Amino acid sequence: MAGKDHFNSGTSVLSRRRFVQGLAAGGVLLGTAALAGRVLAAQGAPSTGTAPVLHGSEFELVIEQQPVNYTGKVGTATTVNGSVPAPTLRWREGDTVTIRVVNRLQEPTSIHWHGIILPYDMDGVPGISFAGIPAGTTFTYQFKIVQSGTYWYHSHSGGQEQHGLYGAIVIEPANGEKIQADRDHVVLLSDWTDADPMALFAKLKVQSDYYNFNQPTVFDFLRDVSRDGLGAALDERRMWQQMRMNPTDLADLSAAALTFLCNGTTPAGNWTGLFQHGERLRLRFINGSANTFYDVRIPGLTLTVVQADGQDIEPVEVDEFRFGPGQTYDVLVTPTDDAYTLFAQTMDRTGYAHGTLAVAAGMSAPIPELDERLQLTMADMMGSMVMPVTPVRHASTEYGPGTDMRVDTPSIALNDPGIGLRDNGRRVLTLADLRTIGGPMDSRPAEREIELHMTGNMERYTWSFDGIEFGESTPIHFRQGERLRVILHNDTMMTHPMHLHGMWSELENPDGGFQARLHTIMVQPAQRISFLVTADAPGRWAWHCHLMFHMDAGMFREVIVA
Amino acid sequence: MSITRNSARLLTAASLFSTALLISAPVLAQAAVDHSQHTAPAQAPAPATAPTVDHSQHMAPAAADVVGQSRADPLPQGGRDPHAYSGRYQRGSGLYALAQGHDQLHLADSHRFGAIVIDQLERADGDDEATLYDLQAWISQGYQRVTLKAEGDIEERALEESRTELLWSRALSPYWDTQLGVRHDTGAKPDQSWLALGVQGLAPYWFEIDATAYLGSGGQTSLRLDTEYELLLTQQLILQPAAELNLYGKSDTARGVGSGLSDVTLGLRLRYEFTRQFAPYVGVEWTGKYGDSKKFTRVAGEKSSDTRWVAGVRFWLSN
Repeated sequence: MAGKDHFNSGTSVLSRRRFVQGLAAGGVLLGTAALAGRVLAAQGAPSTGTAPVLHGSEFELVIEQQPVNYTGKVGTATTVNGSVPAPTLRWREGDTVTIRVVNRLQEPTSIHWHGIILPYDMDGVPGISFAGIPAGTTFTYQFKIVQSGTYWYHSHSGGQEQHGLYGAIVIEPANGEKIQADRDHVVLLSDWTDADPMALFAKLKVQSDYYNFNQPTVFDFLRDVSRDGLGAALDERRMWQQMRMNPTDLADLSAAALTFLCNGTTPAGNWTGLFQHGERLRLRFINGSANTFYDVRIPGLTLTVVQADGQDIEPVEVDEFRFGPGQTYDVLVTPTDDAYTLFAQTMDRTGYAHGTLAVAAGMSAPIPELDERLQLTMADMMGSMVMPVTPVRHASTEYGPGTDMRVDTPSIALNDPGIGLRDNGRRVLTLADLRTIGGPMDSRPAEREIELHMTGNMERYTWSFDGIEFGESTPIHFRQGERLRVILHNDTMMTHPMHLHGMWSELENPDGGFQARLHTIMVQPAQRISFLVTADAPGRWAWHCHLMFHMDAGMFREVIVA
Repeated sequence: MSITRNSARLLTAASLFSTALLISAPVLAQAAVDHSQHTAPAQAPAPATAPTVDHSQHMAPAAADVVGQSRADPLPQGGRDPHAYSGRYQRGSGLYALAQGHDQLHLADSHRFGAIVIDQLERADGDDEATLYDLQAWISQGYQRVTLKAEGDIEERALEESRTELLWSRALSPYWDTQLGVRHDTGAKPDQSWLALGVQGLAPYWFEIDATAYLGSGGQTSLRLDTEYELLLTQQLILQPAAELNLYGKSDTARGVGSGLSDVTLGLRLRYEFTRQFAPYVGVEWTGKYGDSKKFTRVAGEKSSDTRWVAGVRFWLSN
C-alpha cells in the first residue's frame, strides 16, 4: 500500500489527510511570546518556520508553554524564546559559551547539548549529571567549545522534547570552514503530538500495537492463500505466530499519533529553504524527533554527505539516507532547477515530513508517493543466520519476563541500509559509507570490552539492556583514561539509535578497523556492532536509546567515568 | 489482561480448548525454575532442557535452531553477569553523584500505571433478558500488578450471579503472569469465597489465556479456563471468538453445580473499533451445562443450554 491513503480502513481520508499533513499554516504559535530578558544577538530568518538564529558566546533561553496549532486542535508547545524549533545557536570552536536558561514552566526542565563534549555537570540530564532546573528558576550553563560541526540541543525532562524543546547548534571551526558552501540551511525534522506523550506511553502499556494500523488481516491471509497456496501462507505466518510477534511492528507511534515536522512546519505548511541558481547549499539535517526514523531524499539531487554527527567524513554521494532520533548529517547539494521537494518519509511509511528548496518562496515540486510498506522478515529477526565462531553470551538476566527474543546469529555487517531501503533503486547511505577524516582520536587499541544487549518485550512494552530496566540497574564504570571497546548487540526487532553522552563513540568495521566518530549509532534488529571509547571525561553520564519512549521505559544506563 | 492481535488466524473450537488445557500445565511447571532464576540473577543457572517446537519442516535447519532458541527460553549456560561492569559503583551515591536531597532519575519502570478494561458490557437477548459485564482493572509497577477481575449477570434489576477477584499478578516469563488472590461469588445462589491461583497470558498463535484454580469454602475446588482470540477483518473490524469452561471437584446441590465439567460458554463477537479504546459490538453466545450440573438445571426447571444474542460496548481507559 502506498500513497496518501495511509490507513487501510476507518476514519475518512479527508480527516486523515488533514491529520497527517497538518494545517496549511504549518503550525502557528498562538499568542505573543513574552520575550522578557535580552536576546543578545538575534538575526532575522526569512523562511517560514525557520528558527531564529542567535550568535555569540552569551545567550539567554527562556522556556515557557504556549498554545500551538499543528493539527486543527490547539495543543501546548514547550517553546524557547517563543519559537518551535528553539533558536539555532551559532557558536565558534574555542569560545567559552554562557547560556542562561530561564524556566517559566510549572515543572522542572533541562537542556542537554547533544553531542557536545563538555564537563558532566553541564550535560543537562536531571537526576544524573545535575539537579535539573526547577520551575521559576534560572540555570547558567558555561563550557568551552572544543569541536565544530552540526549538533542540537533538547530537553531531557519528560515529554518536553516532543512538545518543541529542541534546536540546532552550529559550531564554526576555529581554523575556518573547510566545507565550502554558498548557503547554509538547518533542516530539523521532528514529530509532534497534541497529547501528553506520557499518556501515549500509558496506552502502549495496555496495548503496544495501539498505533499500528498496518496489521495483517484475514483478507491478507486469504489473498496469500489464493496467490501462494495454503501451505505457503501458513508457513509465512507460523513463526511470527509462535513467537507472538508482529512483522509490521516498525514503529511504536505512527502517523495515527504524530504530525511530522520539518523546521517546526507541517507538510501542508511546506517549509521552504531558498537558494539562487549556481549556489552550492549545505543542508544540516538533524533528527530531533522523539520516536521517528526518517528516510530522507531530495528527488533530482544527489546528496553529498560531508559530515556525520558533526564530524567531517570523506564525502560520499547518495540518493537517500536514514537517520534516527539524535543523529545529524550534513549534506551538500547543487540545485539546477527552480524547486525541489525535500522528502522525509517515516520508516513505517505512515507519513512524511517535507519541505521545499526553491529559488523563491511559494514554489513547490512534486511530492513523491510514500514507498510501499514492508514487513520484517525472519532475516531481520535472526541476523546473519550464521553461528559466530564465539557463541553469543547473553546476560543471565535476559531469560526473564523482560526479554522476548535473543539473537544468536547476529549480523555484524555495516552495509545494510535497513528494512524498506534495500534494493529500492536508490543509492542509500549505510554505516559502512561513513569514514571520519583524520582517523581515530586515540590510536591505542582497546584495553577491555564491555558488552551490552538491547532487550525488550513488545507485548509488555518494556525496554531495557541485558533484560534489566534502569531502575534495577547498576552503573557502567569506565576507568578514567582507558580506551575500551563497547559491543552493542540488538536482541530486539526494532532499530535503536544509541547515544552515549560525554564521549565519542568511534565505530569499528567488522574487521576491527576505524570507521567513524559518532555520538549516536543506529543499531538494526539482530545487529551487533562495536565502537571504541576514550574515557577521558570524568563524571556521571547518561547512555540510552534515543527513542524517547524506549529511554523512558528504561533502556538507559548511567555511566561513571572515574 | 493483555490486548493483542495479529495476522489472519484460523481456528476451531477444538483448538481453542486444547490450547487452553495444554498451556496451563507447562506454564505452571515452569514457575519454580523461572522464579529462582529471577531472584538470583548473578548465579550460574542450572542447565535445563528446553521445550522446542520442530520447525525443521518449514525452515532451513540453521534458522530453525535460532528461532527455536529465541522462542523457547532455554536457561543460559554461563550467562554474562549484567552487573559485572559496575566497578561496585551504585547509582545515586558515591563519586560525582548528586548531592543528597536532589531527586534521582526515575523512569517508567519504577512508575505506576493503571488501566480499566471493560471487555464486555452488553445486553443479552435469549430466554431471559440480561445485562452482563466482564472487566479487568489493574495498577502496575514494573512486572507486578494488582488486578481486579469482575464478571456478572444482572437480570430483572437483580444480580443473578457474579464473580469478583482481587489478585496479585507477577510476571513469570515474557508472556505469562502468575496470579494469586481471592474470589468472591454473589448473586441469587448462596455466596461463596475462594482462594485463587492462576496464570494469565498469551500462548503461541496469539491465544489469550486465563486459567485459574480455586479452593473454595466447604472444601470445593474448581478450575476455570478462559480463552480469547482476535481475527482482524480490517484494521478496525475485529471478530473475537471466546470460550470459557468451568470444572468442579465435587457436587454442590445448593449452587447447582456437579463435579467434573460443569459448563461451557462459547462466544463470537464482532466489534468495530472507532478508536482502540471504544468499540461497540454484536455477537452470539451459547452456554451449555454438562454432567450433574445439567441434571440440576433440568430439575430446577431450566434449560440446560441457551443461545443468546448480545450487543454491547468494549472500552478502556489508562493512566
